[in-house]
Amino acid sequence: MNQRPLSPHLGVYRFAYTMALSILHRIMGGALSVGFLVLVWWLMALAQGPDAYADAVEVLGSGFFKLLLAGWALAYIYHFCNGIRHLIWDMGAGLERHQARRSGVIVVVATIILFAAFVWAVCSGTPVTE
Amino acid sequence: MSLRTPLGKVLGRGSAGDGVGHWWEQRVTAIALIPLTAWFAIGLLRRHAGKFEDMQAWLSQPTSALLALLLLVALAWHSKLGVQVIIEDYVRGKTAKTTLLLLSGYIHVVAAAAGIFAIVRLALA
Repeated sequence: MNQRPLSPHLGVYRFAYTMALSILHRIMGGALSVGFLVLVWWLMALAQGPDAYADAVEVLGSGFFKLLLAGWALAYIYHFCNGIRHLIWDMGAGLERHQARRSGVIVVVATIILFAAFVWAVCSGTPVTE
Repeated sequence: MSLRTPLGKVLGRGSAGDGVGHWWEQRVTAIALIPLTAWFAIGLLRRHAGKFEDMQAWLSQPTSALLALLLLVALAWHSKLGVQVIIEDYVRGKTAKTTLLLLSGYIHVVAAAAGIFAIVRLALA
C-alpha cells in the first residue's frame, strides 16, 4: 500500500498553460482557505465591539496586510472565474481541447478585468478604504 | 470482464471507499458560493469597512445575518473539502496525512463555529 503513487504526476506532462491554470486554481484555493480564517478573525473582532474592531482594522490596514488583502482579492476573483469554468466542465460541456484553451483565456481576461475593477473601486474613493 | 466484486458494484463507493460524496459536496457548495461571496464582496465594497458602526449595522440586519451565516457554512465546508484533497494528494506517510487531515478538520469546525457565533451575536445584540 505504501508503494502506491501520489497524484497528480506533474513531472510527466509537457507544459501547457491550461495546466498552469489548473495548478493555480489549487494554489489560490489553498490561499483562500487561510483567508477564510482571517475573515472569521475579523468577524470575531466585530462581534466583540468597537475597541476590538478598531484593533483589528489597524492590523488589517497595515501595509503588509493591505498587500495580503489585495492578494486574497485576486485569488478569490481567479478561483471564482475558474471555478465557474470547472462547473461548466462538470455539466459535460467545453471539454474539447480547443474549447478548454479558449475558456482558459476567457478566465484570465475576466480575472484581469475584475481585479482592475476592484483596484479602481478601492482607489477611487469607494467607502471601503475610509 | 470486470475485476470489481458484485458487492463493490452495488455499493458504488469506489476504491477510496466513500463514493462521490466529496465530489458532489464540493460542487454543491461551489454553486452556493457564487451568489453568496459576490453578495459579501460587493456589500463590503459599498460600505465603510473600517467603521464599526457601518459593519455592525449591515451584518445585524436579519437578511444580511442569514446570508452571512450561509456564506460561512458553505465557505467552511468548501474549504475543508479543498484542503482535504491537497493533503491527500501531496502529503506522504499515513501518520502525517492522518494528523494533518484531523487538524484541518478541527480547524475548519472551530472557525465555522466562531464565525457563526460572531454573526449570531451581532444579529441578536
